[in-house]
Amino acid sequence: MTAPIEVPGLETAPPRRPLRQAWRSLLRDIPALISIVALILLALAALLAPVLAPHDPLRTYAEGLTDQGAPVAPGGGFPLGTDPNGRDVLSRLLYGARVSLTIGVFANGLATLVGVAVGITAGYFGGRVDTVVSRITDVVMSFPILLFCVALITVTGPSQRNVVLVIALIYWTYLARIIRGMVLSLREREFVTATRTLGVSTVRILFRHILPHLVPAIIVYATLGVASSILIESSLSFLGVGVPVPEASWGQMIDDGRKYYEAAPWLLFAPGVCLIVTVLAFNLAGDWLRDLLDPTAPERR
Amino acid sequence: MSALLDVEDLVVRFATPGGEHTAVRGVSFSVRAGERVGIVGESGSGKSVTAQAVLRLLGPAATVAGGAVRFDGRDVLAFDRGELRRWRGAQAAMVFQDPLSSLNPLVRIGRQVTETLREHLGLDRRAATAKAAELLASVGIPDAAARLREYPMTFSGGMRQRVAIAIAISCAPRLLIADEPTTALDVTVQAQVLDLMDGMTADLGTAVVLISHDLGVVSTFCDRVLVMYAGRVVESGTADQIVEDPRHPYTRALLASIPSLEGELPRRLPSIPGTPPQPGRAHTGCAFADRCPLAADVCRAEDPEPLELGDGRLAACHFADRSAG
Repeated sequence: MTAPIEVPGLETAPPRRPLRQAWRSLLRDIPALISIVALILLALAALLAPVLAPHDPLRTYAEGLTDQGAPVAPGGGFPLGTDPNGRDVLSRLLYGARVSLTIGVFANGLATLVGVAVGITAGYFGGRVDTVVSRITDVVMSFPILLFCVALITVTGPSQRNVVLVIALIYWTYLARIIRGMVLSLREREFVTATRTLGVSTVRILFRHILPHLVPAIIVYATLGVASSILIESSLSFLGVGVPVPEASWGQMIDDGRKYYEAAPWLLFAPGVCLIVTVLAFNLAGDWLRDLLDPTAPERR
Repeated sequence: MSALLDVEDLVVRFATPGGEHTAVRGVSFSVRAGERVGIVGESGSGKSVTAQAVLRLLGPAATVAGGAVRFDGRDVLAFDRGELRRWRGAQAAMVFQDPLSSLNPLVRIGRQVTETLREHLGLDRRAATAKAAELLASVGIPDAAARLREYPMTFSGGMRQRVAIAIAISCAPRLLIADEPTTALDVTVQAQVLDLMDGMTADLGTAVVLISHDLGVVSTFCDRVLVMYAGRVVESGTADQIVEDPRHPYTRALLASIPSLEGELPRRLPSIPGTPPQPGRAHTGCAFADRCPLAADVCRAEDPEPLELGDGRLAACHFADRSAG
């Protein structure tokens, strides 16, 4: 290596275009494309709820109830009908999307961040850190989730923020467990030893060399977790410790609608379909993202 | 003459569920700057553990129970984390046996090469990338600049080992430890990779410790050879001395088990009868006694001390002063 070696192509090689690559792979994956469009529409619907909603979601309309006091079926002035309180279901769905998406994304995002950070630390360093973390997760996981949430929210008072925090407080343990186990085996792999023999710092090893191996698991868990978080919120609302009434959330609407299933099925179906679409869209988009980020996927070659 | 690496009476113990066992029992050797030392021995002889102990790579189950490792006069076993990080990669580096597992499959080759350069030489991204491309080209990887963007899976085994060597020597370390660097490769590729290591380390004046079970590889590549058996160095000397006039019966047996290229191959390849002593089982006397054609009562009673044979040769055998005959 005395004389510098001519390396052709170093300056002329085409730059990488990750965005273009993402777009191309999206065009090849129609379900993912639909999912992402659906998620964008959902987000827009939630953001623009005050503009889009035809009625006030909290108001009881006189014409929203029949003469017998039953909810009005879809059609006419109420596109998706009304609920037993004479409120417009479509408007409530739009406002409910704000609550459900916020909780799904934030509660779960927070849980993912904490879970990954704690899991990596416990798995890589092992020893006492690992023991402490593992026992904490044991304790949290040994409680029935709902009971634990109810207890915590009873203490802290029901509000959207508290629901987010409480769900995150429980869910990080699941991811931490999985990540810890993966890191435990990854740190014994030879490439980690090899990287250590090169004098690379621990932080770089964790984030540059180990984190990429965890991405598929994180994405799968995070997208599944969105669904679970929304469902937990609905259970909490059902028990009266979720998002305080009369504010709408999908879970709450489903639970209300259950009681009138035979007389007014739209009360159950409208929020139910929204929930299913959201959860499915998150999972399919997550699958696509996982494949996109996997450098060993054959499609990219 | 001052040594670059000085290992003195190194003892490594492993804690196992069945109790402690000693994998390395008092190994001493030194490596001068630019020198090539080979360590041969069969599986379990402690050669890899010795290398790992030198670079402080032993896992939590293993402890260095005694001895000293000095690099350029500094006590390696006393390095703190920062010193260790600055030392590894810059002064001492390692090439591993299996290039399929020693490169991170999910990190681009470019990053794996530039990381060390940036860490130790303080190069910025552009300079490190240019230097990385130059390094890959110098280890014979065609179209090096473009391949920096690729992942290890697009490289063949031999290519990956070339990359691993490029990474190891990227900061011009003064010591390179190669733990069976050619064992996982095809025979034809083995020779190329050894040639490459030969050329690169000769250019940089890097000392090499080559660990192998192949006495043929070691004796052609190295100046000096250590033969290890059951956690001890049983014989050491120059490569020529070891091959031409082995003094320890174990070395003789190793040499005898290399099939000759002349004449017809024997129906059964020659091998050394018996098995090495079980790790953890206490034994008295010479560890090789049970397999040794020369074994006498004295061998089973006391463990032979290394015997100075002149010319810097050592052999740990009660009958080392007798030539093969």
